[in-house]
This record gives sequence, C-alpha cells and structure tokens, in this order.
Amino acid sequence: MHEDASEHEALLDALIAGKLPDERGRFGPFGGQYVPETLMTAVNRLSEGVRDVLPSADFRQRLEAELKTWVGRPTALTHAPRLGERWDADVWFKREDLAHTGAHKINNGIGQALLAQALGAKRVVAETGAGQHGVAAAAACARLGLPCVVYMGEVDVERQAPNVDRMGRLGAEVVAVTSGDRTLRAAIDEAIRDWVSDPEGTYYLIGSAIGPHPYPLLVRELQAVIGREARAQMLAAGGLPDAVFACVGGGSNAIGIFHAFLADRDIALFGIEAGGCGSALGQHSATIAAGRPGVLHGNYSMLLYDDDGQIQETHSVSAGLDYPGVGPEHSLLKLVGRVDYETASDAEALAALDECCEAEGILPALESAHALAGAKRWAANNPGRRILIGMSGRGDKDMPILSRYPRSEAGVDVAA
Amino acid sequence: MSPRDRNGNARPGSVSPREREGDARPESLPPLERKGDARLEPVSPRDRIRDALTRSQGEQAAIVAYLTAGYPDPERFFPALEDLARVADAVEIGVPFSDPMADGVTIQRSSEQAIGHGVSLRWIFDELARREPDLASPILLMSYLNPLLVFGYDALAERSVECGISGFIVPDLPYEESGPLRAALSQRGLALVQMVTPVTPPERLEALCAASEGFVYAVTRTGITGRAVSLPPEATEYLAQVKAASGLPVCAGFGVRERAQVEAIEKHADGVVVGTALVEVLERGDDPAEFVRSLRPAR
Repeated sequence: MHEDASEHEALLDALIAGKLPDERGRFGPFGGQYVPETLMTAVNRLSEGVRDVLPSADFRQRLEAELKTWVGRPTALTHAPRLGERWDADVWFKREDLAHTGAHKINNGIGQALLAQALGAKRVVAETGAGQHGVAAAAACARLGLPCVVYMGEVDVERQAPNVDRMGRLGAEVVAVTSGDRTLRAAIDEAIRDWVSDPEGTYYLIGSAIGPHPYPLLVRELQAVIGREARAQMLAAGGLPDAVFACVGGGSNAIGIFHAFLADRDIALFGIEAGGCGSALGQHSATIAAGRPGVLHGNYSMLLYDDDGQIQETHSVSAGLDYPGVGPEHSLLKLVGRVDYETASDAEALAALDECCEAEGILPALESAHALAGAKRWAANNPGRRILIGMSGRGDKDMPILSRYPRSEAGVDVAA
Repeated sequence: MSPRDRNGNARPGSVSPREREGDARPESLPPLERKGDARLEPVSPRDRIRDALTRSQGEQAAIVAYLTAGYPDPERFFPALEDLARVADAVEIGVPFSDPMADGVTIQRSSEQAIGHGVSLRWIFDELARREPDLASPILLMSYLNPLLVFGYDALAERSVECGISGFIVPDLPYEESGPLRAALSQRGLALVQMVTPVTPPERLEALCAASEGFVYAVTRTGITGRAVSLPPEATEYLAQVKAASGLPVCAGFGVRERAQVEAIEKHADGVVVGTALVEVLERGDDPAEFVRSLRPAR
C-alpha cells in the first residue's frame, strides 16, 4: 500500500513535469496505441507531427491568430453572485459557451484542422454524438478549405436534427451510422473504419481526449488553453479557487481546465460524470465511477463492459456525456487521487440547468449542467468556498430535449 | 480423439492438405517416442499452423477460412466448422465483439447476431470442450483485445490448449502493445499472428515478419475484383517484400471470392484468407465447405 502511494506520487510528479504520456503514449498504466496495423504508420506520423509541428513558431502563430479572431478567445470568466448567494459560495464560470460554435470543442477542432493541413491531409473525417464536435470540425474545415466527412449515429441524427443541418451548411458530409449502438460509440467505430481504408490521405479529427496515442496528448494540449486562461483570470479576479468542477464524458473539457491546476495541490479538482437514471449497466455513463480498465478505440483506460468484455450501452440525458470510455489521463488522475470523480444524475443536471438560467441568465449545455450539479452538492458541505466551474458549452442545442422536461423549481435540491 | 492429442502429436515436418486428407493414420497408433529423436518431438500448436500453410513453389495456395463463432446460429456453427476444417488448411474462428472497428459490414452484422445468441469467448471454449468437434485443420481465434484482456491471458492460453486452439489473430493489438499476450501464449506454444499492410514501412515489415508466429497475415487494400487473373504490380511488389522478409508462410487477405483470384495469388503468396465471402455464403444459407472447394484450382 505504502509503495503504491509513493509510486502514485511519482506518476503525478511526472505528469505535472510534462513527462507523461511517455514515448509509448502511456499515462502510467493507461493509454497506449491499440489500433489495427494499417493505422500504425498514420499514428506514428501523427506523433511526429505533434512533436515537431505543434510547438513550431509558425503553427503557434497561426493557431493563436485563429483562436483570437475566429474562435473569440480568451473566453470570459464570469462571476455568478446570485447563484453564489444561494449556494453560500463564491462561484465563477469559465465561459467556453461563448466560444465560436458554442462549446469548447472548437479549440480542438481548429487546432487539429490546422495540424491536418500542415501534415498534408487531403480530407478530414470526424465523429460526433450530439453534433457539437461535428459542427466544430465542419466549421474548422470550412475555414481551412478541407473536405470533411462527419460520422453520426442514426439515433443522434434523429434527435439532433438542427446540428445535422448546421454541419451540412458548413460544407460537411454527414453520414448516418446504422451499425452498432447507432450513437457516438458506433460513430467512432465507423470513423476509424474510414481512416483504416485510407490511412495516408485521411486525417481523423477525434473530438475528445480519447483514442490511440497521440490523440489524448494532442487534444489535451489544444484544450489546455481553457485552464491557462482561467487560472490567470482567477488570479486577476482576486485569487485562485478552492475547487474546480468540470463534466467528464470523454473528458476533453475537463482535462483542458484541470491541467493548469494540477500543480496547485491545495486546489481540489472534481470531474463529474453522468449518473443518468440509475446505477445498473446501461442506465448511466459513469465510466470512472463504475467501470474497469479495458481497451476500446485505441487506448487502455477505464471502460464500461460486461463479463465477456462486450462494451456496454450507456445512458445520459446529455448526449455529449453518453460514452462508455474516458480519456486515459483521467484514469491516471483517478488512480493517483489528484482528481475526485463523482456523478450527477439526469435529474440533478436538469435542476442545476434551470437554476443557472434563473439565477445568472445563462443557459448551460446539459453536459455543463452536470458540473454545476456537482459543485452545488460540494458547496452544501463546504460553505463559503471559492469555486470555479467549467461552463463547457451553451444549452441552445438542448432545447428540443429540454422541452420534454418541465422546468424545475429553482433552488429545490432534487438530490435530497 | 482429444484436442490435446491433436495438438501434441501432430506429425513432424510439412504435410500438404491433400496428403493429410488421405492420411488414414489410425487413432490407435502407439504414442510417439519423444526422447532421443528430435524429429519426433511433438509439434507445437504454432508450428502446426506453419506446417499446414507452408507451400513450395508451384503448389496451389493454402486457404485460411474465417467463420464468426456461433454464426449463423449456435447449432449450425459446429457442423460448418467441422466441414470447413476438412477443406481449408486452417480456420479462424471470429470471437464476436461489440465494436469490431477493423471489420466491414458483413462481419459486423454476423458479430452482432452472434452476440445476440449469447456467443462469447467463454461459450466458444465451453462448447469446444463439450462437443469435441473433429477438426482436421489447425484452428485460430480471431478476437479484438478486450474480450481476451477480460478473460485473463494466462487462463486464455491454458484454455486454448485444452480446447485445441493453435493461435490468435488480434486486429487491434499492434506489435508494440503485444508483449504481455505474446508471453502468455508463447509459454504454451500458441501462435500470435502478426499482420502487415501495404503502408507498413520496410524496417517495420522486417520486424513484424520476424515476430510473427504460425504465418504472416498480409493485409491488402488492393482488392482483386471481377475476373482479373493477375495481380496489380503494386500488390505483387508488396507481397514479394513480405515473402522476402518472412521465414513463415505468407497468407494474403484480398477479399477473395473466386477461383481465378486464388490462382493469381499462388505465385506471390503461400495462401489466402477467405472471410467476408464465407460469411455471405452463410447469410445466403449456402454450404461454406462447398464454397471453399469451389476456390480450389482444378488440376
């Protein structure tokens, strides 16, 4: 046990020092490259790109210019005093919902599209669940003149029709996936199949901090801008927070906001997963809270599967969290105890969304509402603290779903 | 005849399938003398695969047949497997997986149906042990990694030997990540077949061929369609590179559907893998063994 503790401490130190993932793409035991041999050359070439292109002055310049003038960065840090009064907390939002296309996904979309262009890709493929990453990828590819194909599960195509139209208008070809579970997981399977068929000309623009190495590293590097900005903005606004909350599906917005705070050991970090409507397999998407290590979509990480190793279907009211895996860096952060992973149910998230609308005039995405719900619960047990919440996206896209639920009585604790 | 005997007491040296089919070695043959004569050492499962697929110049191509476990349904699967093992030189049993990201729609569909019938890795082992099917060719399991990981590598190797499995093909396990599984399989003489592809760089190709066991699986995107009887130049060049790098038989996955394609392969590879076409034969309710026979060049 004691040896474990010092080993975990060493892993966390290595992560903070920027030594993880290692050259084999490992975050401690997690990560790696579990892809068909056909893709090994492509992922190795991408690793070289991440190593050589990403830090180059030319790439940094182009990315920063796009982030500033096209995405609209830095995004605001917003004080939430009325919510804070209700919760007995000093609450702050990092406003990724104000970024172009309405969510943090665009940071990754434009970054990877620029990389695809630098690597000479002829076309881009992407997967999408709710459509936010698909829209970000379509917009970024349109901006750079790259052909883009977005795979989207048939079920999601039906329930997120406005985003399908949006992607089409942005010039992307949306392909409805009819295999597997016909949601995000099947869309990733299909995007990988496309990539396997043309590993040299096609760039796979993955939407979260998942997939084979170097994607978890690449996506984290492109999303880390969230935490860098937020940390500086918090300091300028009077001081660092006591706790940071972010929702976790694949985990890209969470890893993006957490990363800048990892070395601040006295700041508590919380990843909030989708507790869905129950604790049985299939009723939630609480991968870290309820899963076991396994291999899916190219990496070894926490995963929801049955006793035969078959990946399980998941549920969340929020399509963006409805995924049975999670990025390998989160699995390491859980293992070493740096981040606490908790869940918020569909009902808690819906109530938190309504409360945020009423108290602050901000409609958060259902994904982000999970972070709000987790923060509210913590604040109840830790009064008077300074709290930073990652507002990963805006909730306009969720209106068709929200119309099915009656508005919660704001301030009512539905968890009780 | 128990599965262990099939693995342990296979004849030494290379035997062509024709000879093997005609081999009437009685079950009651006395056990082989194992000490003092290297030629009579029992052949390991992985060498059994190698021997079954080895071809000398001018011989007809070996056929590796693929069958999704429990497809078209659990009852019809085992007779189909036995029939195929009689006509093919090796058979791959596909372990159905929820996310077969390297497979096309036909195999995806068969996997989904098999899972729906309750088929799993455990089911495959249990049924092989219970039914003791008469399998004339070496059998490999083709599985994505997660079901193997969950089963546990040591238990996997032990159970495989008990059930007469000779080796594994794991499409989402590249060489770099294969150490732990390779070590567990190796202890029991089981093969871990390595795949190579047309985009594999030359140095990597050498390393993969050197690491492969049983045979080298040469994946290719250059399908031979229609009535083409000769391979396109990039495919022959690629196969020549693989052959030069490999001390093992090389079998090519070409989307083979007809005899002319098998004949076209002969000069360039030791064998072909027939997968999707066979699953389609089963989907239509036709006889898979008859289909494989139709691929055999008429001489």
